[in-house]
Amino acid sequence: MAQEEQSSRSIYTDLDDGGSDEEIDKWQRTFRLWRETLREHWGMLTDELSVKLSMLTVAGFMLIAIFAPFIATHQPLQRQYQGEAGIIIEDWAEPSLLGADTEYLLGTTAEGFDIFSQLIYGTRAALLVGLVAAIFTAGIGTLVGLVAGYYGGKVDDALMRIVDFLYGMPLLPTVIVLVAVLGPDLWNIILALIVLQWRSTARVIRSQSLSLRERPFVKAAEVAGAGDWHIISRHLAPNVLPMTFLYGSFGIAWAILAEAGISFIGLGDPNTVSWGTMLQASRAYSALSFGAWWWFVPPGICIGLLVISGFLIGRGYEEITNPKLQ
Amino acid sequence: MSGKEALLEVDGLKKHFKVNQGWIASLMESFGSGEPDYVHAVDGVSFELREGETLGLAGESGCGKTTTGMSLVKLHEPTAGDIIYDDQRLSEATDAEIKKFRQNAQMIFQDPFESLNPRMTVYDTVAEPLRIHDIPNETARVQRALEFAELLPAEHYFDQYPHELSGGQRQRVAIARALVLDPDFIVADEPVSMLDVSLRAGVLSLLDRMTDEFGLSVVYISHDLSLLRHMCDRLAIMYMGKIVEKGPTDQIIENPQHPYTQALINAVPVPDPGVGRDRVELQGEVGDVIDIPTGCRFKNRCSEYIGDVCDQVVPPLEQKTEFEQDVACHLYESAAGYDPYEEMSGSPSAAETGDGAESTPADD
Repeated sequence: MAQEEQSSRSIYTDLDDGGSDEEIDKWQRTFRLWRETLREHWGMLTDELSVKLSMLTVAGFMLIAIFAPFIATHQPLQRQYQGEAGIIIEDWAEPSLLGADTEYLLGTTAEGFDIFSQLIYGTRAALLVGLVAAIFTAGIGTLVGLVAGYYGGKVDDALMRIVDFLYGMPLLPTVIVLVAVLGPDLWNIILALIVLQWRSTARVIRSQSLSLRERPFVKAAEVAGAGDWHIISRHLAPNVLPMTFLYGSFGIAWAILAEAGISFIGLGDPNTVSWGTMLQASRAYSALSFGAWWWFVPPGICIGLLVISGFLIGRGYEEITNPKLQ
Repeated sequence: MSGKEALLEVDGLKKHFKVNQGWIASLMESFGSGEPDYVHAVDGVSFELREGETLGLAGESGCGKTTTGMSLVKLHEPTAGDIIYDDQRLSEATDAEIKKFRQNAQMIFQDPFESLNPRMTVYDTVAEPLRIHDIPNETARVQRALEFAELLPAEHYFDQYPHELSGGQRQRVAIARALVLDPDFIVADEPVSMLDVSLRAGVLSLLDRMTDEFGLSVVYISHDLSLLRHMCDRLAIMYMGKIVEKGPTDQIIENPQHPYTQALINAVPVPDPGVGRDRVELQGEVGDVIDIPTGCRFKNRCSEYIGDVCDQVVPPLEQKTEFEQDVACHLYESAAGYDPYEEMSGSPSAAETGDGAESTPADD
């Protein structure tokens, strides 16, 4: 009875009776809002010269990775010539860039592989490790952080003890053990990196969602009857997303560095070329003492460029998420 | 009284929060050393909200008025007691009944800068409750709600984000969000205290229209008595989680009976330097809400302290013989013939907690 009395005084009565077809096209609207937000962020991000250069660098590496078969002059793991005893140490081909009379742009390794082609194909491995590891670490970390922060209590305790446990494990030694157990495969390295790297994202996202869930707009959604998933996906996630992107972009750089390190100490995938395995091979054949700098300098520069670009983009994005840094 | 039907009844509501001591303390506790501490935020509050009425909840900071308000919209699960809505005890309600209650109970928060999701547009914010409850005519309803909240033209605000709006506009958006479901009652928690004085009048008149045109019941939480006097039909004054005085606004403001209410009303500045009056100033701070004192909670600060009965017997909120409002104080005679002196044990425990006698002389 109380209900009827109320609805007769409602200002919506005529709407409910008549009904209206004038609904906003939700998809179109959502799409437009997303585009505006992205454009705004993009504008802020590319405002800075260092970020712009870093993005160009990353884009360049991506193009190289995609078109690697067309750019590379030789097969990266195909011996260009055979030495007498099967193992060639001193039979380098000097880079043609330096005026040597060979067909190899950056010379060959002591094993007879074309360095330029290895460098090109190495981009693929670096970007694959970087992107896949970053997407998964940021994704898992965000999900765990949101759930732990939102539900709190025992769920939070359980998840954060797992994170604490992972924090107790040193990165490189653990990856070495995991790779040793699972086998030296690029995907195993990626898996090991993901297992260990989501911890920091999870912690940060958890602390963010802990504070977000006490904010009045979350309370308002609760009062309106929103369920847990609704609050997590509509109210918490969009507000921690910039942080996720930030950790993702840092994650790319970390993963590439870690992969190079693991490959350098000889636990890399012997069947794929990466910059790390190139460095490892150059060390194994003492390229430094033979003065064959064209073997180890180019992959070193590439690793440096890509990692610095990743950090600079992350840094630029950090300024968007945290305006106090500007 | 007004004779209107009660929309919502609050029956002995209690909300205690466990004091978080960290895991070492809770480990010790599980081995049996000591009880956990509780903050008695709301400690036995009963009132009713009638249809179309505005009820004011007043009191100092920390008296439990916000916790009461949040419990009313089920943001807190009560420790004890119950809320009865539409003849239904909410503690026994099914999920569907809770969902219906959620449609009819809304809240407006104090801080308009925090109560809107910074990553949602005005349209999405206001439409969200409709989407949760699957209510049709979304666009038209959102538009109507925004227009009611005097955000005109409504379409202009659809795609704006909270950071593009002023404090007053944000609070209007929050009000539109509360109204869009066409609720039965709204809890307004200090809805204008964070706004510039120049914007308050506009938002207040909007809240006024809300009760007039919507036929809404509103629970208005504030520490500002002059504002409550302007807005409310009835008032309830809270102190340390309990209601000490409850009744029609005019009665309470013009003729306060509880010593605490008298002190509160005395603290309201009068904009006329010529008006002289006897000031009753409150001494000290609100008491300890973890270790609740025995007897009357106000005794240590009370200017009318009358000795052991205040120390030992908790004064019930009841009808008194001499005036209209309900008061929880031993100074006045109960209309129902309740005699607090019967409950006095004369035990020496009164001496332990009787430190109130030091600050205010006992007069018996």
